[in-house]
Amino acid sequence: MQSPAAEAIRYDAAEPERLRRALADLTLGFARFRLAWALAWLDIRNRYRGSVLGPFWLTLSTGAMVGGLGLLYATLFRFDLRDYLPHLAVSLIMWNMMAAMVTEATNSLITSEAIIRQMPLPYTVHALRCVLRNMIIAAHNVPLILLVFLATWRLPGAEVALLAPGFALIALNAFAATLLLGMLCARFRDIGPIVASVMQLAFFMTPVLWKPALLPAALQPLMLLNPFYCLMETVRGPLAEGGGPWAAWAMALVWTAAHLAIAFAFFVRFRGRVAYWV
Amino acid sequence: MARIAAQGLTLEFPFYHLGARSLKKRLLAKSRLHTDAGNRVVVTALRDMSFTINSGERVALVGTNGAGKTTLLRTLAGVYEPAAGRLSVEGRIGSLIDVMAGMDGDSTGRENIVLRGLYRGLSDAQCDELAEQVGVFSGLGDFLDVPIRTYSAGMGVRLAFAMATAIQPEVLLMDEWFLAGDADFLARAEERLTRLVGQADILVIATHDMGVVRRWCTRAIRIDAGAIVADGPVAEVLGPA
Repeated sequence: MQSPAAEAIRYDAAEPERLRRALADLTLGFARFRLAWALAWLDIRNRYRGSVLGPFWLTLSTGAMVGGLGLLYATLFRFDLRDYLPHLAVSLIMWNMMAAMVTEATNSLITSEAIIRQMPLPYTVHALRCVLRNMIIAAHNVPLILLVFLATWRLPGAEVALLAPGFALIALNAFAATLLLGMLCARFRDIGPIVASVMQLAFFMTPVLWKPALLPAALQPLMLLNPFYCLMETVRGPLAEGGGPWAAWAMALVWTAAHLAIAFAFFVRFRGRVAYWV
Repeated sequence: MARIAAQGLTLEFPFYHLGARSLKKRLLAKSRLHTDAGNRVVVTALRDMSFTINSGERVALVGTNGAGKTTLLRTLAGVYEPAAGRLSVEGRIGSLIDVMAGMDGDSTGRENIVLRGLYRGLSDAQCDELAEQVGVFSGLGDFLDVPIRTYSAGMGVRLAFAMATAIQPEVLLMDEWFLAGDADFLARAEERLTRLVGQADILVIATHDMGVVRRWCTRAIRIDAGAIVADGPVAEVLGPA
């Protein structure tokens, strides 16, 4: 049996050709999408091995959070529960997904150490595996969103079409973060715990439980400096807020472009060192 | 046509988690440990290696523990980018360096074979074909449908060996652990390796077992402290049996 001809290995330390190798990594990595997909499902199967509900446990716990926090905060902030619940459900699910993506990104390359040191697989595959795994897990929450929308009868209109670009932006950012943090954490093992505490702080700084409208008007533009807010708005807007503010969309594009540029530059420069780091 | 060519191949491993200062005092001028431009402690794992391996050669890498045999295998597999020198490896590579690398302990043998097919970029149909071939060659029988975490070391080796050779590598890189197979399996493995190399391909094997070297290999490269100290026909490098 013949496997597709692999690229011959050719290194010349005098000419590292870093850009070409990085681009080849991305191209070949996306061409191996089926592998990343299979590995993502394998991870989920192994993580929930022996559990009856599997990833739906997360749906249940998110459901309980939405119900409990919804009642509490609607009372505290004097929100109308019918307005607040869809906002909270979408926010919590999006936040859980983004937080899991960022936290697991820190381990994306370290956990693949054995295979990295055995064969030159594109690092893109490991990053894709991590992103896909978290997307699949998050997708188990779709029934919860439907339930909340039907129960409150706040159904989104035509602006729901904006979900497609919104998810695309989130996927791009997730991929960039996974590559970047995966590499950084392989080299500096302290970054994992730092990221975990930053994410905890970010949870309270980002309007997940609260609404940006609660801030004094003068402070509201500051929200745009929070990339988590801007990105979350690209999905929450179309679902629960009639599209979301255009400024958040614009800043989401800016943050994504910056994020991609940094991750790509880092990837090009240090890709060849990853095998030494893990 | 398979071919491996290395010129002045040098590889340095940084010790990221060691302080340079405490070690610096102990460094000798000729030691393999030294500090690099960034003041990190590095070990020269491979030093200025030059060799060419052509089709049909069966090469044994011999040397003491820590000489750099496995590192050289990993470098030939394309894992490490060298710090200096040039390396080119032409031909499809099969590597048998870690037994369980790329295998999932909770999946069955058959699922692992399909996964390996995906690692190699095979289509679904080819993956099934691979599972068929590997199942027959490995002789695992019913154990193919049992999670591999329950396998004995020898069974893991059989599966890994069968997977690595079923994809018809043109360059097979092997560490010595595959000797864990039983006699019956070793005989079949030897037959397969002979056929493989008979098709004008390359075998590079790192081993301490001189019996294996004399029986299977045509050429030996002796490595010491990351440098090649002898390279030639087996009888010449090892001396008379």
